[in-house]
Amino acid sequence: MSSDSRPLSPHLQVYRPMYTMVLSISHRATGVLQSVGLLLLAYWLVAAAGGKESYAVAAKVFANPFVKLAIAGWIVAFWYHLFAGVRHLVWDAGFGFEKQTARRSGRLIVVLAVLASLFTLALAWRHLGGAA
Amino acid sequence: MSLRSPLGRVLGHGSAREGVHHWWHLRTSSAALVVLGVWFAFAVLTLPDLGHKTVTTWISRPVTAVMLLLFVTVATWHSALGVQVVVEDYVRGKGARVLTLVVVRFLHVLVGVAAAFAVLRLALGG
Repeated sequence: MSSDSRPLSPHLQVYRPMYTMVLSISHRATGVLQSVGLLLLAYWLVAAAGGKESYAVAAKVFANPFVKLAIAGWIVAFWYHLFAGVRHLVWDAGFGFEKQTARRSGRLIVVLAVLASLFTLALAWRHLGGAA
Repeated sequence: MSLRSPLGRVLGHGSAREGVHHWWHLRTSSAALVVLGVWFAFAVLTLPDLGHKTVTTWISRPVTAVMLLLFVTVATWHSALGVQVVVEDYVRGKGARVLTLVVVRFLHVLVGVAAAFAVLRLALGG
């Protein structure tokens, strides 16, 4: 069998979905989301460096309700990926693999991500909500 | 049937002690991003407004410029490594996979250089 016709590694469809598994997939998904967010960040910086006119165009783009919603989603993804990432670093150091510990740390990062998201969304509200 | 020995076939195809390179870079960049990311989030969100003058004045401050340069370069590097793993895991067919990897890497370099250049231009008063 050629190596190319073998199944790809995360065999998502053969497992019964579990709490910890959903968290793991979310880590990846939020990571990819942030790669997309990086485009937005780069655009913002380039527009600022371009001058008043290009920044005004960017401000219009960022004022779009869909873009605002995307930024809000990006904030949530940012915190989730950050806390889940720290959880992964702890695992990489060799700690926290026991089933109970892994489940508890999973719940902990969800709570932390929700709290941090609410706090930053509240801070972001005057930028996102207002005319900026 | 090849006449080459099993050892001969694997020589030069192993990790050559570079095997953990990708893994290690992903981890070190993630540790740096915990600090840089939290800094960026709060620095931007606590600006009085996001108008052109406020933002450009903020970016041109040396501390902001250095932190922002670190943030965009490390974030781009971390993103490139992370997306590479996702592509390797899910894109079928060697041709499509290699092509996607190259395109994704080029895009990351483009975005990283553009963002860094923008910060430098504002910081150095271009």
